[in-house]
Amino acid sequence: MTTTVRPKASFRHRLLRLAETVTTPVLPGDYLDMVAPLRAGAALRGRIVAVRAETRDAATVVIQPGRGWRGHQPGQYVRLGVDVDGVRQWRAYSITSVPGATDRHIAITVKAIPDGKVSNHLVRHIRPGTLVQLDQAQGDFVLPDTTPERVLFLTAGSGITPVMGMLRAGLPARADVVLVHSAPTRDDVIFGAELRALAERGALRLIERHTDTDGQLGVPELDDLVPDHAERQTWACGPVGLLDAVEAHWAARGIADRLHTERFRPTVISAGDGGTVTFTRADVTIEADGATPILDAGENAGVLMPSGCRMGICFGCVVPLRQGAVRDLRNGDLTTAVPGDGVLIQTCVSAAAGTCDIEL
Amino acid sequence: MTAIQNKARNPIAHLSAEDIEIIGKELDAIRDRVIAERGERDARYIRKVIKTQRTLEISSRAVLLFSLFPPAWILGTAGLAVAKILDNMEIGHNVLHGQWDWMRDPKIHSTTWDWDHVSPADQWKHSHNELHHRYTNVLGKDNDLGYGIMRVDEDQPWSKGHLGQPFYNLLNACFFEYGIAAYDLELGQNLKNGGHKTPEFRARARAVGRKIRRQVLKDYIVHPLLSGPSFLTTLAATFTANLIRNVWSHSVIMCGHFPSGVETFEKTSIEGETKGEWYLRQMLGSANISGSRLLHIMAGNLSHQIEHHLFPDLPSNRYREIAPEVRALFDRYGLKYTTGSLPKQVASAWWKVIRLSFPNRRRKNADSVTPALVSAGA
Repeated sequence: MTTTVRPKASFRHRLLRLAETVTTPVLPGDYLDMVAPLRAGAALRGRIVAVRAETRDAATVVIQPGRGWRGHQPGQYVRLGVDVDGVRQWRAYSITSVPGATDRHIAITVKAIPDGKVSNHLVRHIRPGTLVQLDQAQGDFVLPDTTPERVLFLTAGSGITPVMGMLRAGLPARADVVLVHSAPTRDDVIFGAELRALAERGALRLIERHTDTDGQLGVPELDDLVPDHAERQTWACGPVGLLDAVEAHWAARGIADRLHTERFRPTVISAGDGGTVTFTRADVTIEADGATPILDAGENAGVLMPSGCRMGICFGCVVPLRQGAVRDLRNGDLTTAVPGDGVLIQTCVSAAAGTCDIEL
Repeated sequence: MTAIQNKARNPIAHLSAEDIEIIGKELDAIRDRVIAERGERDARYIRKVIKTQRTLEISSRAVLLFSLFPPAWILGTAGLAVAKILDNMEIGHNVLHGQWDWMRDPKIHSTTWDWDHVSPADQWKHSHNELHHRYTNVLGKDNDLGYGIMRVDEDQPWSKGHLGQPFYNLLNACFFEYGIAAYDLELGQNLKNGGHKTPEFRARARAVGRKIRRQVLKDYIVHPLLSGPSFLTTLAATFTANLIRNVWSHSVIMCGHFPSGVETFEKTSIEGETKGEWYLRQMLGSANISGSRLLHIMAGNLSHQIEHHLFPDLPSNRYREIAPEVRALFDRYGLKYTTGSLPKQVASAWWKVIRLSFPNRRRKNADSVTPALVSAGA
């Protein structure tokens, strides 16, 4: 005999249905959110526990995630929905804390970028106690199941953040680690003291590059700095220029399979032509220019846009293009749809290239 | 009231086409400024109102579980009535207008919001946002003028049926949410022309049925049942709270476009209407209610009907702030900013409903037709 309904669940379900009849048109959860926003079963949120300055323009934000948080792997990022000037903004940040901390807290480390709405808010303005929206951790910039014997990390600026998550999780004890990190000055090195302490203990070999005095790192310099870099599994994270150069170098040597990169922003190759974009279900029509992702244009018009990594990798923002043309900002590819089509497009890396109807 | 084009003294005859466009530009500037400023303070405001409403609703319903005791009945009924008014007016009406969409909070958004009302949100949005706000006070286009059943303008033809309209209006006030649902369904017209047989109408009617079922189940069955021995008194309490909410909303909304001083417009006047002319029609087609901050919140800031009609999607808490500036603009261009206390405006609106239930005494200056808006804008 098989049992399909557990009495306990069924009772709970019926109680919930009864509660719904009393709270309609809102849900019982909307009332519970007023007192227990972090409870199990609620939309995933977190409460800011502390904000610690790391450098003059970077800070670590400690968050107590809701009960629904499923944990993370070192190197992964979390999407954060923060209200800045009353407007909800979603951004992805690497998790720098160790998985499974006893207090269940997680930490992200944020570098304030010039004119960065969210990063500046997180580094300079957000206060402990504030609620933020969260998503489950994601991203495949992680170590493989079997730890490689020799590892090279190539990072610059805030690109150190996902790597720090891996280092803190005990990687140096299991592998021979070299870290080549670039920052404008010694004081600008995020986690500088902690990295230097690791290097002093001999846990890793640290090569700091202070670009204000020594200039940008040229990838061919690696032949001298890390002579065996071609044999190492390499993880690189940093600005677009560095990653492009690294990818070219590894490809030229035929070892692209040993390189793993993480980009924080899409590379814009080619702008669209712009056009009139209609969000058919929301009944909103806007003029979008050829350089603005449709995601941003829609959000600015108050449309509830699904979103994800905002750099074209997670497919969390995909919606059907019913007709029209969009251009992929990363490679200039044109995608067109004729009436009746439902071509799925990534709004975070697509700009209008003509009149578009989007089903949203 | 007579359509502005048919009046002996046209209240906008002194405005040139340039004046009207400048008025439009000045109003655009006010709007742009508010949009640039809107931010955390506004977000805090709407979240506070929603939190207050929910706290009040749930605690009033808890108190009503003991409604057998008269003090509990009075307290619970009053609290629930206020909660329902806040839900419909300052929160529901304004969220469904998209006034808070800019916050990008999916919990407070015109596309996801639902209200304590029998008209489904999407049907109300269509008839209210798309039709009434677009065709404000245009005879034969704006069904809000008398809700399609009453005669509220001299230029609407009289028939014997209108004799009963003071009574219909009272009935509509008591069961206003049902009146709105029927209105959003365009029930009268659809029954007349056979539109009620189409699958589209049936789907919409089913949606209304679902909303009614849920509202009735909550207010008249589950909540009284949960009250146990207080079943009947809780039933009376929820009925009374709904009645108070309905009469209040009806009164506030009647004050928006019915009081004397409000202008109506001929259908032809909106052909080729410019942005400035559209603004002007909203300015003259709406009336405010003066009063305290509390009155404005309870009225969903529809007491700033003029400001709301000029800028239907600006956050409601901003209307009070821009009102002095808007009024100064009216004064500068010699236009009448219609406003008055709640009792005065309600009386004025009711007087019109009663007066126009009878045929016009005489047609005033029927020959002096001045196609004002058209000529001014041309």
